[in-house]
Amino acid sequence: MTGPAHIFDKPNRYIGKSSPRADAARLLQGRGKFVDDVTLPRMVHAAFLRSPFAHATITAIDTAEAKDAPGVIAIYTGHDLTDHVTPYVGVLTHLKGLRSAPQHPLAVDVARWQGEPVVMVIATSRALAEDACELVEVDYEELPAVVDTETALDADTPVIHPEFGNNLAWERDVVAGDIDAAFAASGVQVIDREFRFGRHTGVTLESRGTLCDFDPSENELTVYYSGQAPHMMQVIFATHLDLPEENVRVISNDVGGSFGIKIHTYGDEIATAAAAKLLKRPVKFIADRFESFVTDIHARDHVIKARIGVTNDGDIVGIDLDDLTGVGPFSMYPRTSAIECNQILNLTGAPYNLDNYRAKGRVVFQNKTLMCQYRGVGHPIAMAVADGLLDDAARAIGMDPVAVRHLNLMADDSYPRASATGMKLDDLSHQKALTKLTDIMDYKGLREKQTEDRKNGIYRGIGFVSMVEVTNPSPMFYGVGGASIASQDGATVRLDAGGALHVASSITEQGQGTNAILAQIAAGVFGVALNRVKVTTGDTKTTPYGGGTWASRGAGIGGEAMLQAAQALKDQVLAVAAVMLQTSADKLDIQDGAVTDPDGTLRLPLADLARTVYYRGNELPNDLNPELIATRHYRVTDFPFVFTNGAMAAHVEVDTATGFIKVLHFWAVEDCGRVINPLLVDEQIRGGVVQGIGGALYEECQYSEDGQMLNATMADYMVPMASEMPDITVAHIETPTKTSVLGAKGAGEAGTGGAPAAILNAVNDALSPLNASIWQMPMTPERVLNAIDAAK
Amino acid sequence: MKAPDFDYLRPANLDAALAMLAEHDGNAVPLAGGQSLMPMMNFRVAAPEVLIDLADVAELRGITRNGDHVRIGAMTRYVQLSKDPIILADVPLIGMALPHIAHDAIRNRGTIGGSLALADPAAEMPALMLALDAAIEVVGANGTRLIKADNFFLSYFETVLEKDELITAVVIPTASNTQSFGFCELTQRHGDYALAGVAVSRTDAKYRIAFFGVADRAVRVAALEDTVGDDLEKALAHLDEIEFTDDGKANAATRQRLAGVALTRALEEMTS
Repeated sequence: MTGPAHIFDKPNRYIGKSSPRADAARLLQGRGKFVDDVTLPRMVHAAFLRSPFAHATITAIDTAEAKDAPGVIAIYTGHDLTDHVTPYVGVLTHLKGLRSAPQHPLAVDVARWQGEPVVMVIATSRALAEDACELVEVDYEELPAVVDTETALDADTPVIHPEFGNNLAWERDVVAGDIDAAFAASGVQVIDREFRFGRHTGVTLESRGTLCDFDPSENELTVYYSGQAPHMMQVIFATHLDLPEENVRVISNDVGGSFGIKIHTYGDEIATAAAAKLLKRPVKFIADRFESFVTDIHARDHVIKARIGVTNDGDIVGIDLDDLTGVGPFSMYPRTSAIECNQILNLTGAPYNLDNYRAKGRVVFQNKTLMCQYRGVGHPIAMAVADGLLDDAARAIGMDPVAVRHLNLMADDSYPRASATGMKLDDLSHQKALTKLTDIMDYKGLREKQTEDRKNGIYRGIGFVSMVEVTNPSPMFYGVGGASIASQDGATVRLDAGGALHVASSITEQGQGTNAILAQIAAGVFGVALNRVKVTTGDTKTTPYGGGTWASRGAGIGGEAMLQAAQALKDQVLAVAAVMLQTSADKLDIQDGAVTDPDGTLRLPLADLARTVYYRGNELPNDLNPELIATRHYRVTDFPFVFTNGAMAAHVEVDTATGFIKVLHFWAVEDCGRVINPLLVDEQIRGGVVQGIGGALYEECQYSEDGQMLNATMADYMVPMASEMPDITVAHIETPTKTSVLGAKGAGEAGTGGAPAAILNAVNDALSPLNASIWQMPMTPERVLNAIDAAK
Repeated sequence: MKAPDFDYLRPANLDAALAMLAEHDGNAVPLAGGQSLMPMMNFRVAAPEVLIDLADVAELRGITRNGDHVRIGAMTRYVQLSKDPIILADVPLIGMALPHIAHDAIRNRGTIGGSLALADPAAEMPALMLALDAAIEVVGANGTRLIKADNFFLSYFETVLEKDELITAVVIPTASNTQSFGFCELTQRHGDYALAGVAVSRTDAKYRIAFFGVADRAVRVAALEDTVGDDLEKALAHLDEIEFTDDGKANAATRQRLAGVALTRALEEMTS
């Protein structure tokens, strides 16, 4: 797709400029409006009594004493809500064979993970609601819990949903070429490793929260919602609470981080909406940190047995892997819990020329918190497996990890093409990215220093990853499988009487600067100063219909819709201006808030034009009907996804006495197509890298053998913190996608997808003089020490 | 995560505080810095009926040097310790440890007396008191008593403090010219509770070595202290006497190994 070149290079353009986010000052001054900042008249609060067991039958619930407690308005059990909320099932038709059981907002008869909501107490304050929770008596009969994925499918393991016969939720096999023949060929070395990726979660700064307000006079539900996909939630609330879709309004004001956590159906939030409807008054629920740890979706939790075959010259002949993952007792609704496994099957080895590939994936049920899509879905695992094996193979044949990548990465002039698994690829730059990476990090210098350091007992390592990222998904991601999740987005641009722009978009802001780039695109394409653009997002009543911000789709899809809408409004305004100035539209431009000649000579301020149109239409010809508003929608066609690529490197030091790993520096070269705002893209890459480092070194949801989460506090669950984080150098290659005029691909998940592999490879490079290696994340001190001991 | 209802009292002086403590007979908890107590209340792990906030009790404040001892009021906050010239000159081991104690926000409120009364085995302050041969001054209905740090800590969150007693101060011998100090704390993230940590003071050839984050309380091992000056390897074997903590962050074997590394590094970086 092509567009007018002047969009990107006219004098007052904003696309490509590092302009600070307009809302940063507001948020720093404490003027943010998060869900918990909203207070409504007659508002009451929900607190939940949650299952203390991973698996238990609920034999009796006695709420009598709690009902009489101070401030209590109502108490609901699972059975109390079954007449008011229809159950939901997290399956999609394009994930063939995926099965899950009906889920209720509050457990009905059986609780299936520690933290599952069992009873909801509504009271005049959260504290009183929690007091009353302590007075509710629930009798449980504990059932054996399925905790370990590796025994979940064993014959003697209890079955969580007896109707299924076993604990298998989904399985898929992918085969390309002939892996057995490729590995058996002479001169081929086969490297065999078992990877373990711990469960972790998103830990948003603002926890999940919802404030539901029901107006019986209009049969309308308004939901203030901390989340990423307002229109998706509108459908969910309407469907399961039996309301007309148009009578549900979802408002997402400021959202304090999401990372894929706030894009699912959580029982406590649905129950809160049900309570608001039943009580006919506003009900607020804000998850506390403990609730977040045991109910926010978890991710990763994979055991992968994988093999790579390479020739002695370093050619990859094939990859073979077997992925086993545990997803909790249900597949999450509506996006399902099979996507991460599916991504691993689709993406492992995708940057490389690969003829032979075989992957088996199995997704099993277990009595732990539900697992679903968290930032980078599957990518960190797919990249760590492929690039971990590749570096291991390079060591085995004595080849440099950069050389082995240049040899095997797809050539930059080989697109469009497909990956071994059939993914359609275009506009990628693996070779160029790797070359740029080794330049900016001074690879040669680091290697020389590394050799010197080793003589002094300092174990430093350098690790690489070449990666792809799935961005800008088309309807093939969810919609095709029957999910009510929009794959297109809309933008509206309106000129007001003062010459300012009001824009609205269906993509959402979670702290990453969505609103800022929407303003940049509108201002730059239409031709006003940035501070004359007012942005509205996150409201199903006032924005066009669309998917929201997830899967690194906001800038690429929502941004293109905004570009098209701004261009359309510009055409409309110039048509009016041409009449008023008695010239033709193609001889006019809009620059800096005024209609101008193409050379920038002022002809008519936009405010004058707008005032004439709005106030003194009598001065215009009767057959001129100006539309100073334009709406456009955009979806990705021709490709299921728009892939990006990146090359990243980590420099680490391993303290072999303690097992501690210090990340000394991190470099990321990313090709996300056209960069709309380098400042914000770099922040996205850095934030993503930090979350990737979290998964590689720190974060793990630890469970006891009976399914109790052991570290559900911020003191025990370790998130990466600033003092341990390295400098992260970010550089770009810009290969715009041909699927849009804007040319922007996504950038939000690349860091998270790539960093774990680079860190893993760097650690193993550091440990290589000891003949030690580690294949489990997070790489805790104890695991590193064990790896060193095992090599002795 | 809201604390259950409680009454809040704010005595103006020590006598009033003790009277309130006696009056509520085991149902009141003194509030010092609140950096552990308040989260425990919000988690509903602790549910005292009454909180007695010691913030206004002037007798519990102040750092003074009295001859060969330094007296630190129990309500002295970490941030005050870190800026106090007497501490930095005469109790340098505390100065060495302070940057490792949590983060600024916590150091702004956390108090030395609060930490000792709580007796978290992973906290630095109990180990510092052991290494420094400090005495803990306690006052209650039966008057004042001075308890050697060695006799103060019993187990996880358990001390010899009676329910009607308050810690008023700690009394620490002033550092002499013949003394030197070492400190090492191993954490994956700065400010976390230690996987293993150690505080060391050496007077001539005699060592006091207190480990923290490794067992049910801060611990010294006499045989280790006796041999460490001659043979570190041999001394480390006496770590076997500690019953090491085994949890999700590190098992007992790892903790023992890390305790050895911490001690080795602390000794390497002893002040001269």
